[in-house]
Amino acid sequence: MSDKKTLFIDNLEVEFTDEKTVLEVIRNNGFNVPTFCDRPDLTQFGACRMCIVEQEGRGIQASCTMLPRAGIKIHLNSAKVRKIRKTILELLLANHKRECLTCEKSGNCELQKYAAEYGITDIRFPKLEEKNYLETDTSSPSLVRDPSKCILCGACVRACTEFQGHSVLGFVNRGSNTQVQPMNGRKLSEVDCVYCGQCQAVCPTGAISIKSDIEKVWSEINNPEKKVVVQVAPSVRVALGEEFNLEPGENTIGKIYSAARKLGFDLVFDTNFSADLTITEEAAEFVQRFMNKKNLPLFTSCCPAWVRYVETQHPELINHLSSCKSPQGMMSAVLRGFLGKYYPEYNKNNTVIVSVMPCTAKKYEITREQMAGETDYVLTTQEFAKMIKNAGIEFKQLKDEKADSPFGLYSGAGTIFGASGGVAEAAIRTAYNIITGEELSNVNITELRGVGANSRTKDTVIDIKGTKVKVRVVSTLKEAEKSIKELKEGKADFGMLEVMACPGGCVNGGGQPVSCLNSLIKAKRAAGLYKEDEDLPLRKSHQNPDILKLYTECLGGKFGSEQAHHLLHTEYTNKFVNSYKDI
Amino acid sequence: MTLVSSRIDTAKLDKIMQDYDYNKSNLIAMLQGVQQIYKYLPEEAITYIGTKVEGLSPATVFGVATFYAQFSLEPKGKYEIKVCDGTACHVRGSMPVLNAVKKKIQLKDGKMTTDNGLFSLETVSCLGACSLAPAMVINGKIYPKMTEEAVSMIIDVLLKENE
Repeated sequence: MSDKKTLFIDNLEVEFTDEKTVLEVIRNNGFNVPTFCDRPDLTQFGACRMCIVEQEGRGIQASCTMLPRAGIKIHLNSAKVRKIRKTILELLLANHKRECLTCEKSGNCELQKYAAEYGITDIRFPKLEEKNYLETDTSSPSLVRDPSKCILCGACVRACTEFQGHSVLGFVNRGSNTQVQPMNGRKLSEVDCVYCGQCQAVCPTGAISIKSDIEKVWSEINNPEKKVVVQVAPSVRVALGEEFNLEPGENTIGKIYSAARKLGFDLVFDTNFSADLTITEEAAEFVQRFMNKKNLPLFTSCCPAWVRYVETQHPELINHLSSCKSPQGMMSAVLRGFLGKYYPEYNKNNTVIVSVMPCTAKKYEITREQMAGETDYVLTTQEFAKMIKNAGIEFKQLKDEKADSPFGLYSGAGTIFGASGGVAEAAIRTAYNIITGEELSNVNITELRGVGANSRTKDTVIDIKGTKVKVRVVSTLKEAEKSIKELKEGKADFGMLEVMACPGGCVNGGGQPVSCLNSLIKAKRAAGLYKEDEDLPLRKSHQNPDILKLYTECLGGKFGSEQAHHLLHTEYTNKFVNSYKDI
Repeated sequence: MTLVSSRIDTAKLDKIMQDYDYNKSNLIAMLQGVQQIYKYLPEEAITYIGTKVEGLSPATVFGVATFYAQFSLEPKGKYEIKVCDGTACHVRGSMPVLNAVKKKIQLKDGKMTTDNGLFSLETVSCLGACSLAPAMVINGKIYPKMTEEAVSMIIDVLLKENE
């Protein structure tokens, strides 16, 4: 007997093999059913019931939690299915704050989309009264939570638990009183949320959205007194195009520079430059710690969600964190310090620094007291795309431009910062040179690459002239917690730990265009970054001529110099003390 | 929902978690243990368990605590009054009994415990004493065939005890 199995979808016989649910079989065969709670990277939940199908002999079933069995006959769109689905939509809308026109997610909302597709023109149930709206939480610098728009699909709760192992959000009460909340209805800023934004990324409605800084940035751009400078993070270039019908992973950096100038930004720089700078500093720091056998393993510090996680959950480990600021922080510090040297009309009173990031936690990072006054605003990739649309710019037709100098040139090592494993790979390329004085011959450290669900912990051993160093890369805080456990139990054998809080790294950040419906998008974005790395003439941070120039002209000529330390490094604080968990 | 804040004894909580091997599958039993000590679940206790037991978080534990009717997030009074509102008691007039208790102990709307901490009042689904309907229980002692007058007399006795 062959292991070919078949079932019938709308009377058409289709094959299936190892699909776990009927929903997968449906989608793999060119059919579709609507879903809210189904997210391929999260566990099946069966909450929203939109994916119901009619099985002959068994009636209505939710296809997302139904095992495929040979011979079953299912119908995706029978009269009964359609009627029930429409009623489910109506019931969801009955309890929903129906203010679509002014909703942050308008146009991106799955509830809105299906309501339109299913022709919901009339809702039999009365509208939720304004006095019954639940309070909107705008307390966090990154995210806005509007519980009256929640449809209880549980995607955010699962993301917080399954990605971050953190469960800041949970269900409370039951039945019709059920809500999603942080601990006992606290605001997000009052709990230990790390602001990664993955809850926002998987939310099908406007219940959790990005806190927009678009209007503030417009008003700075429109202010003739101000000079507005922008920096663009590595992973934005391979995702922004998706908002303009380009393929995931297509590198649009030339168009992004051009769009930024058209929007009215006065100077355009690339965060890849400061990613290179992060590497020269962090590699020097690693080598120093490695020689002195002190505070190892070194934790990377580029990811603000991870930094906040260590500060709030494991404050005793903050001395493991690299003291380097993130690339965003370094770029802004350099611009604040030296922009006037190259552009005399820019001074500390008229310069506004904006960054375009794939990340919601970056909005939090700029509010850290240690980095206050450096970056003025953070726009996520989504917000930047909105501004481009808002300004009527035809993104696809833009001509490629270059970044401004002297902080615009970058190496391939800077580019790969956007994918999980990229920071460690870039650091190894430079650390090898600092220790041995020679260049690493094979710069492709493929063991550290990969952004899928099976590549969330990656190890490699680097042989530096006989000295072996194990480097570990993890993405998601749930995985990071496992490595921390090893460290606390004295079992950690790795010298460096790279952590990115979002699954797959920044390419899948909480501020990127919506990608939760397709697991493969983040891999395509990462491939775009690694391709740029391959294509660039320079692939090591310490060879970037602009970096060398910066050290010579401004930073005392040496990686890890005192001037560099003063400008580019930061401190961490114990954020567990006096938190709600400190009992 | 507002919780009354109180300092909790973490050593007692540690003992409870230890008894259940810090295993998250035993969460309900742990919460029952906490409720036995405090007669309700103090918020700090929920947070503490959510922080110490691997795989849980304060929000998750709070979710479990609010899901089950057996857990109370408000402190209970010295006298815990339970008025049965099962089918038999309901048709025999448990609602007038409940209202009489509420009035007599001067319980504010939406509250479970009186301001002086003496009485707390809740309804339960069935005490299994249907032949005694409508029934009421105060600190484990059952009071059968309640009337509004009987309620008044019983509470008067309790108030006198506390003078």
